[in-house]
Amino acid sequence: MDAILNPPARRSLSPALLAAGALYVALAVPPVRYGLESTLIGHMMVQIPFLAVCGALVGSKFSHRIGPYAIPLLLVAVFASTFWMIPRWLDAAISDPVWELAKFLTIPALVGAPLGASWSRLSSVARGFVWANGISMIWFLGWLYVAAPQRICNNYLLNQQVDFGYTAYVVGVALVLYWVGRCLFGDWRHEGNISNVP
Amino acid sequence: MRGALMTLAVMSVGMAALWMGTEGGRVLTAEGARRLAVSLDPRPLPDVPLQDQRGEALRFSDYQGQPLLVEFIYTRCATICQSLGESFAQIQERLPVGKGAKLLSISFDPRDQTADLLDYAERNGARESLWRIARPSKDADLRTLLRTFEVTVIADEFGGFEHNAAILVVDKDGRLVEIVDHQPVDKALEALWTRS
Repeated sequence: MDAILNPPARRSLSPALLAAGALYVALAVPPVRYGLESTLIGHMMVQIPFLAVCGALVGSKFSHRIGPYAIPLLLVAVFASTFWMIPRWLDAAISDPVWELAKFLTIPALVGAPLGASWSRLSSVARGFVWANGISMIWFLGWLYVAAPQRICNNYLLNQQVDFGYTAYVVGVALVLYWVGRCLFGDWRHEGNISNVP
Repeated sequence: MRGALMTLAVMSVGMAALWMGTEGGRVLTAEGARRLAVSLDPRPLPDVPLQDQRGEALRFSDYQGQPLLVEFIYTRCATICQSLGESFAQIQERLPVGKGAKLLSISFDPRDQTADLLDYAERNGARESLWRIARPSKDADLRTLLRTFEVTVIADEFGGFEHNAAILVVDKDGRLVEIVDHQPVDKALEALWTRS
């Protein structure tokens, strides 16, 4: 009787998971990997964010199971993403296969997945905090890479560094426009109801 | 409550990871890590055979008992290596008397032959008794050198190379003890006084 009234949830391969898998494989194949890693923009602005997207797509499937741990999960994503913004480890991923593997594992698992899992469970205040800090971090990164008098990364040229900095400014502006646009014109009535009160 | 405890746990682990990842907040770049590692833990040099601008064999062990400043260069360089050569040229005139310090430029470009090294020496006014230009004879030895000194070479957009150029300070016992910027040359001279 119970099996009829409460059928077990259908476990099918959702499009999101397939997309995550396909994206991950696409990022990992040598031509794409080397191509993206050959420039700082490709590495930091494309490869790493899309690796995080892979993780986020998977993580979002579990957001109903995270209990009171939305904030800690968010913090995991913050610390992990900060780690990979340190130039030394970006360099290490290129110079050392062990660190490259670590990057391909930890960015989906420790940046993307926690973010994906916790996002829908965060209050709009927490989300606003993440947006504001994330955008200012990107602008700061942009300034750092534009203003640095010498090469920060052993594996990239000075002009690549500067190009990345300016790109970061532009991406920051785009994110601001997107975020503000959603706040002003988006469906705020539903967003405001999602909270994570313990 | 569980959320708050987990938050605390994540913050501790996260900050510990960032602390370790920056050598205690001291290092953000690979170059910074290289310099810190060398100054904390001087490393012996590999005993690879080199060949100088006269085609004569030389090894690091030939410099035993003398402090040595090393630079990695390539002779086809139009820009920064010119300034690397200039730095050594300036240092050559200001070497501390009585210390027996020597200069050694090592080319990492497999295309550089003995004639190229000689040309480089003459262009920069290298006095052979003080400053020799050398190259490793085998690719495997070049890789060993680049690995030990943690020199990263990448292609630039002009058919040349970009690398983490610096002056590498070797003490009388043949250990790499410090890495300094090649300009201003005072830094290298000071390192010669204090670290060798």
